[in-house]
Amino acid sequence: MMQVGLNHFLVVSTALFSLGIFGIVTRRNAVMVLMGIELILNSANINFIAFARFGNFGLQGQVMALFVIILAAAEAAIALAIVLNIYKTFSTVNVDEIDTLKD
Amino acid sequence: MNIYDIVFYLFAAITVLSAFFVVTTRNIVYSAYYLLFTFFGVAGIYVLLGADFIAMVQLIVYVGGILILLLFGVMLTNKITNVEIKTGSVQTIPAAVGVALLAGILMASMLNTKWRSVETAMPSATTQGIGMLLIQQYAIVFELLGILLLIALIGAASMARK
Repeated sequence: MMQVGLNHFLVVSTALFSLGIFGIVTRRNAVMVLMGIELILNSANINFIAFARFGNFGLQGQVMALFVIILAAAEAAIALAIVLNIYKTFSTVNVDEIDTLKD
Repeated sequence: MNIYDIVFYLFAAITVLSAFFVVTTRNIVYSAYYLLFTFFGVAGIYVLLGADFIAMVQLIVYVGGILILLLFGVMLTNKITNVEIKTGSVQTIPAAVGVALLAGILMASMLNTKWRSVETAMPSATTQGIGMLLIQQYAIVFELLGILLLIALIGAASMARK
């Protein structure tokens, strides 16, 4: 094993991103899809902070990560409100059963 | 192999393993609890990268806020009394193949890139620097994000109450 450097953090971030994509495309429950999105946002944040640390950019990357966290909070609140409305209308939150727009 | 590397591998293992369980466990409440460990591991990785303030924000906002919100979402959208809180997966095998391909391409392109990596000293406390950036260089973005959060919260409340 070599010294932990930029690539190690990027590998962790790639793994998180792939798992998030996997969760989004396979899970049926809308809340689980949201969890996949949170995983992807976290992987992007790891990238921002890793490049801020090893790319000698000072604190700019950390501020961007802070903005991403703020947006994630707003997104989670809005998405859960939408999910609650969907549940009230259809009595299910499985994203493959909500197909009223189809013929 | 010094203590920094050992701690990094520990947190990386916690993060990736629990993220794997998040997307594969059938019980959605267990998934939410595994997500707690993922967020915790990511916060540890932030600390290892010298981002102490972001790590604390991660713990407070993600673990204290978003995760609780997701759990509320689970509890409010499942009939706990008569249906088991399980959720199916669809098309697992094609998705696994596709995601493995995607991860392979990403890793290959990433490991073959010569990133400019500067050896800098571990930054000390970052809170003051982030605060200065937020009120000087990013002041407009900061205010806009405040307005955005206000709009999002009002919108979420009015949508959920209808």
